[in-house]
Amino acid sequence: MSDHVTVTIDGRKLEVPAGELLIEAAQEHGTYIPRFCWHPRMKPVGMCRMCLVELETPRGPAIVTACTTPVSDGMVVHTRNETVQRMQEGVLEFLLINHPLDCPVCDRGGECPLQDHVMAYGPGESRFVEEKRHFEKPIPISELVLLDRERCILCARCTRFSEEISGDPLIEFTDRGNGVHIATFPDLPFSSYFSGNTVQICPVGALTATAYRFRARPWDLEAVESTCMHCTAGDRINLQASHNEVVRILGVDVEPTNQGWLSDRCRFGFQYVGSPDRLTVPLIRDAEQGHTEVTWSEALDLAATRIGEVLAGSGGQSVAVLGGARLTNEDAYALSKFARVVLGTNHVDAQMDDGLDPQFLAATVDRALISDLDSAKAILVWGPDLKEEHPTLYLRVRRAAQELGAALVVVHPRRTGLDDRATHKLTYRPGEGADLLTELVAGSGRASQARQALAEGPVVGLVGRTGYGEDPRLAEAVAAFVRTLPDARILPLARRANIYGALDMGLAPTLLPGRVSVGGEGARSIAEAWGGLAEHPGLDTRGILEAAAAGDIEVLFLVGADPLRDVPDGALARRALERVPFVVAIDQFLTDSSRLADVVFCADGFAEKEGTVTNLEGRVQKVNRIVPGPGQTRPDWSILDDLARRLGVELGFGSAEAISKEIADVAPAYRGVTWDRLDWEERDGIVVPDGGEAPLRFVPADTPGTRAGGDLVLHLARVMYDDGVTVRHSPSLAGLAPGAAVHLHPDDAARLGLASAETARVVTEQGEATLPIRLDDTLHRGVVYVPFNQPGMPPLGPGPAVTVTPA
Amino acid sequence: MTDQLRVITRRMVEHPADSHTLARYEATGGYRQARRALDMGRDELVELVKESGLLGRGGAAFPAGLKWSFLAPARPAYLVVNADESEPGTFKDRQLLERDPHQLVEGMIIAAVANEVHHAFVYVRGEYPKPARRLQRAVDEAYTAGYLGEGIFGSDYDLEVTVHLGAGAYICGEETALINSLEGRRGEPRLKPPYFPAAKGLYMMPTIVNNVETVSNLPHILEMGPEAYKALGHEADTGSFLFSVSGHVNRPGNYELPHGLTWRELIYDVAGGIRDGNELKTWIPGGASAPWFVPSDHLDLPITKDATAKAGSMLGSGAVVVMDDTTCVVRAAERIVRFFAHESCGQCTPCREGTTWLEMILRRIESGAGREVDVDLLLEVGGNISVGLAWPPRMTTICPLGPSAVSPIISITKYFKDEVLAHIHGNGCPLRGAQR
Ligand SMILES: Cc1cc2nc3c(=O)[nH]c(=O)nc-3n(C[C@H](O)[C@H](O)[C@H](O)COP(=O)(O)O)c2cc1C
Ligand code: SF4
Ligand code: SF4
Ligand code: FES
Repeated sequence: MSDHVTVTIDGRKLEVPAGELLIEAAQEHGTYIPRFCWHPRMKPVGMCRMCLVELETPRGPAIVTACTTPVSDGMVVHTRNETVQRMQEGVLEFLLINHPLDCPVCDRGGECPLQDHVMAYGPGESRFVEEKRHFEKPIPISELVLLDRERCILCARCTRFSEEISGDPLIEFTDRGNGVHIATFPDLPFSSYFSGNTVQICPVGALTATAYRFRARPWDLEAVESTCMHCTAGDRINLQASHNEVVRILGVDVEPTNQGWLSDRCRFGFQYVGSPDRLTVPLIRDAEQGHTEVTWSEALDLAATRIGEVLAGSGGQSVAVLGGARLTNEDAYALSKFARVVLGTNHVDAQMDDGLDPQFLAATVDRALISDLDSAKAILVWGPDLKEEHPTLYLRVRRAAQELGAALVVVHPRRTGLDDRATHKLTYRPGEGADLLTELVAGSGRASQARQALAEGPVVGLVGRTGYGEDPRLAEAVAAFVRTLPDARILPLARRANIYGALDMGLAPTLLPGRVSVGGEGARSIAEAWGGLAEHPGLDTRGILEAAAAGDIEVLFLVGADPLRDVPDGALARRALERVPFVVAIDQFLTDSSRLADVVFCADGFAEKEGTVTNLEGRVQKVNRIVPGPGQTRPDWSILDDLARRLGVELGFGSAEAISKEIADVAPAYRGVTWDRLDWEERDGIVVPDGGEAPLRFVPADTPGTRAGGDLVLHLARVMYDDGVTVRHSPSLAGLAPGAAVHLHPDDAARLGLASAETARVVTEQGEATLPIRLDDTLHRGVVYVPFNQPGMPPLGPGPAVTVTPA
Repeated sequence: MTDQLRVITRRMVEHPADSHTLARYEATGGYRQARRALDMGRDELVELVKESGLLGRGGAAFPAGLKWSFLAPARPAYLVVNADESEPGTFKDRQLLERDPHQLVEGMIIAAVANEVHHAFVYVRGEYPKPARRLQRAVDEAYTAGYLGEGIFGSDYDLEVTVHLGAGAYICGEETALINSLEGRRGEPRLKPPYFPAAKGLYMMPTIVNNVETVSNLPHILEMGPEAYKALGHEADTGSFLFSVSGHVNRPGNYELPHGLTWRELIYDVAGGIRDGNELKTWIPGGASAPWFVPSDHLDLPITKDATAKAGSMLGSGAVVVMDDTTCVVRAAERIVRFFAHESCGQCTPCREGTTWLEMILRRIESGAGREVDVDLLLEVGGNISVGLAWPPRMTTICPLGPSAVSPIISITKYFKDEVLAHIHGNGCPLRGAQR
């Protein structure tokens, strides 16, 4: 075997892949070589010297670090002989002479590689009698992370992570010799979206997270593996709780998705789960007293009565359901069935006016896997700033461009996190994307070089909406172009939690479970299984809100949905909610929207229920329960089941797992997906087949492009930290939102007489706001950028036409 | 009195007033060999230098021609001249830079042509402002004369030379740390493998790093031919060698000599013997990194690479530090160890923690707070940096700096154990008062 070599490790002859590092090869065959600085996802630095081993060479024994030495044929290695043991004891003694040994008050105590290595490989005692090195005890290096330099063993994992992986090298070594320590730069905190990863990979308690410090001891923790629901990447996490409270989330290193990494939003955004603001009992609203607490029966009875009246009167056409992207597949399926069968409506939409065609998101053929990025020759990102909306995907693309040699083309109206790794970056005005696309297709104009970069396959296209000012059909046209490229695969991008699962379960006006089209061939068997289906054409979020504002919707369900803050046109949402006579909310918090609801059901949320979710590849994975919901919360499916019964329909839901079996029976794409497989042999998930009943094959749309009339267009886009419920109710993150602002290109600001102004009046067709001005020369000229849903910001609406005047 | 050689020091000795100027350099035959090199090309030049047996003068004595032949094929390739000269006791490169900078520039042209280099760098130690100024001036003169820049000497060969001043770190003399520093990174040695400069050096391109003295020899090798050059030296140690003799001798200074003298000749004849009629106590034969020699064992050994290695030390960069009988060896060792601890880049656990620990123990012994166990402790801590205290060291570290700090420990416990114990038993230095 030419790709394998024979090595002898501690007397055992082994066949190992050529070129592999000794430390890995040994481990694969059961020989653990101790290490601190080596990390399988980063380049070796050989600094800690813990992995020293001895080789037999023709020139006598040689000492090498196993983490930097590739195996070669005939290599003879000793990992535990006397010399090696002495060196291991030596390194550990050296590391301990300046270690504070404050293990009893260290978060790492009990799960500390340094402790463990000292136990396994260390000398019994220290011979050091001098004074230890001292540093000021923990210093905050960001809002989220503290650094204790006395505990640091200088392994460079944190510095390498921020340089090699996340691309924001904000921590570095400083000084030299015995004085070397980790430091941030003056006036520059370690404000990385990914800082928590350094806490996880720090082999000692030198880096600790404010969210976890002193909250638990490792031996008190319960843990379960689950899937992160903050974005749609489906990152594997280890969910940890102590005394029925979620206290920590760690990334799990799995190849298909996050490779161990998490964004800080995923990592620290669990705090909302245990928030004191959680809803714990059902509420009903009355005109005088506002919301009052009631029993489940009272709330359910009231809702059933009012809904029953409406259904008997104007029928399902006047009932609508918004939300569902935060649900598990099982709950989403229950909601879908409830809407179609009990409410008799197709006005169902989980997308909250994010605007992309549900067929595009759910039923794209030639859908890429995240891991396809690793073998891509070229990657096109035309969509949101991945760093803001798809953080772990951002890391993967970054790695592909930086380490694996993929050409990277990024198209966005302004700077994105990937720009420093992009081989080609194109900016444009929202609304003029079609012109740029035409150039890209033709390989002409300013897109000619970018076109060339995409000439060699395999190509992966990550395609979505760059912002709310963008014509949603542009993404389909871009995807159509990607399909013409060699060996191309596509990842359609949407950001909401389990949106892909929700769409696959039919939480879209045009879809039924399993990507069956409403009114299509497959609908018949679903109707049979369900004993009925709504027939009328459904409205999407925008349609529902417009109908509601016009008085055509009489009952509106908000399922984990806060349209007032969460749809681009907040003013429309307000008109709608104020007009609908009866609003039912199923939620975990009283939001601006559920505050207007007549009945509020409190629901179990993330970490409180078991189920499955589907990520942007179509990968179905388990989420698991580690804590009970607070107070009287219940799973969504069971609330709906009860409500249905009161409305005279037996949905027949016995448990979430029973629903999962029903999904496998009813939804064609989900055949064979069972909890059992996901819990055992398919822990990394099952990728359901791509396409659907009416797979979108992307005929290029005729030049889409709502052009803004004036010379300015609005680019309204999401950033990682906003005023959404999960961030707002996670104290560690709440303060990190950048704040409302209008970003202008300096030239535009000058032209508008705003060069030295501090605030400006921003007016769109849908709303207006006075906002602080930020000058941003990465903007395409004529583009006005406003981050969406920042604390204290009035609804501005998506534009795209906008005027900016002195305030 | 042993005759000194006058090869790379000839001009500065014969023309002390203006040996650093272009006019004097050309008047004494300068830049003819650079022109010749342009007609010779890589293969011929590499072969010639191999034949000359020229050994690197930066400390490791690696054959220069062999190093050049390892240059990987990728281009651009770079040449970096190591003028960081920071090993305590070494001060030869300084003299070459200050007094004969054109000799270095001409050597660089030859090395550049031999290695198909079009951009060469000189990394000058930060504490050498004057040598750097002189060199920069010489480089400027060479540019003006058309010997550097585009189309040197009217040929179609381009060569840029950049003089870079370091910022005061000994470790930046280690070639890969130097490369990091030149790139603007922390001055930390890189891992070898895979970052051998000749394969992946400056900006990850093939790079030749040579010492100032090594490069200054090149014009002479071309001029006199490899055979004559070899004949200047002693067997495997070809050519002349600059010894920097310092310490308690009557005539400290740089001496250009062939190898093969005995230490007795060097110390007593060349350097004029020990000051004030004192006794020779010990000497460091090759810079602070080298284990020490003592009169009883080593005075009549020939000064050659091999004989020194066999006796457990090295000639290194040619720094001979002589100590007389007024010297407290504990204090001398502490001073050297402190130097290395201070200069450690801090990457490797054994070097970062171990050298400081050694320094602390020595300081304790010196101050009279030593314990009997400290002698063994010194050796064991040393043994955890340099396995088995072997020579050459079996390193537990990335670069040899850490193990260098162990050399004085080995020396004082081997040759002066009684003096160390006297510190421990007598609550301090027995020589206190006699010390200078
Ligand atoms: C800690 C350390 C310091 C060094 N300092 C110097 C120095 O100051 N000057 C020098 O020329 N070489 C120094 N070297 C040697 C260089 O790494 C390298 O071997 C040398 O520059 C190669 O040139 P040569 O082959 O011409 O000797 C040092 C090596 C080490 C390990
Ligand atoms: S802080 Fe932690 S990860 Fe960073 S260098 Fe120190 S020990 Fe390593
Ligand atoms: S031995 Fe010392 S100086 Fe050399 S790389 Fe290691 S820590 Fe740095
Ligand atoms: S694990 Fe190999 S040197 Fe740190």
